Amino acid sequence: MENNNDQLPLWEVFIQKGGSPFKHEGSIHASDKNMALQNARDIYTRRGEGRLIWVVPSDSIAATTVEEEAEFFDPADDKIYRHPTFYKMPEGAKNI
Amino acid sequence: MTEEEKLNHFNSLIERDEKIEPKDWMPEAYRKTVLRQMTQHAHSEVIGMQPEGNWVLRAPTLRAKKILLAKIQDEGGHGLYLYSAAETLGMDRSEMIEQLHEGKAKYSHIFNYPTLNWADIGAIGWLVDGAAIVNQVSLQRTSYGPYARAMVRICKEESFHQRQGYEIMATMMNGTTAQKDMAQDAMNRWWWPSLMMFGPSDKDSWHTQESMHWKIKRASNDDLRQKFIDKTVDQAYVIGLTVPDKDLKFNETTKHWEIGDINWDEFWNVVKGNGLCNHKRISHHIQYHNEGKWVRQAVMSYSEKMNAIQTAASI
Ligand SMILES: [Fe+2]
Ligand SMILES: [Fe+2]
Repeated sequence: MENNNDQLPLWEVFIQKGGSPFKHEGSIHASDKNMALQNARDIYTRRGEGRLIWVVPSDSIAATTVEEEAEFFDPADDKIYRHPTFYKMPEGAKNI
Repeated sequence: MTEEEKLNHFNSLIERDEKIEPKDWMPEAYRKTVLRQMTQHAHSEVIGMQPEGNWVLRAPTLRAKKILLAKIQDEGGHGLYLYSAAETLGMDRSEMIEQLHEGKAKYSHIFNYPTLNWADIGAIGWLVDGAAIVNQVSLQRTSYGPYARAMVRICKEESFHQRQGYEIMATMMNGTTAQKDMAQDAMNRWWWPSLMMFGPSDKDSWHTQESMHWKIKRASNDDLRQKFIDKTVDQAYVIGLTVPDKDLKFNETTKHWEIGDINWDEFWNVVKGNGLCNHKRISHHIQYHNEGKWVRQAVMSYSEKMNAIQTAASI
């Protein structure tokens, strides 16, 4: 059996459509930026799923981890005054 | 978190019908099962391009050829969505392909049958894709996030596949006697193997229970098979095809079609490697994979050189 270990590098694909934010669609393999964009187009936009594509080398993405999730998001969890429902509005006040 | 807390957290996500994501903790058996199912599914999409590819150059019209090419391209795309979903669990794609080549990873047994005449292309689209759709619609709700999202994307593309196949069958059933005979012959050969695509009967399927418990599978093999039978028998009737099952009968109480016995020996024989095309499918894949090696090497060395030039220029 021949050595198979020669897959091209992994890229993450983000696509934007109709004024929405870019959305992660999946990943592809490609040797460089141009091939990554072309492969992303061929694989993820065969039916007009969007006209703007970002490709990012997968190993360039920094991500939070599940282990540190609690600690990382902790600073936001006790600030309930960031939510509009925290405030008491006077009886009879409307449209606020 | 202790191991027990992790397991409880995982179980509560499953119970609430939430998705398990790649970096989440999951039981080893869950990871293994999802990975096996996704790679098997990916290989099926890719190997499934071969029986249809067999007819691209002999498609009867330019319209038919364009449709078949677009359909096969979609299947390649489905394979790639699924490989990338499987890669989120940390297995390298090279390893997946190696497993396929060495026979350690399976693909759907259906693609080991040959495509003998043009009506087979109709039968594949209508019956094989039709069966796949029933399964895939249910898998849109599978508990592993990347798998579920790949299924949503795939299902959007599949209905054209089934319709183009049914159109071929309908056209031939409107044609000459010879054409009708070809369509019926394809129906006779593809009907039973399509029913086997859902896998062994629930009472003999050792994977099903665990998979249902973790919501990897959302419906049992027999339930999915019944759904397919009920839809398809009526469609066959509409275009004048006979279902090749002398025991087929409609149960007025349950409102379901009941079929005769499935020949599971045939199924297991093909799964074990003794179908008409098992060897051909894999050796074809190995051949083209190896012949593409120089291309992968060339594009990588081009990219490395271009990077070096850019780095030198920016210093
Ligand atoms: Fe497919
Ligand atoms: Fe399909």
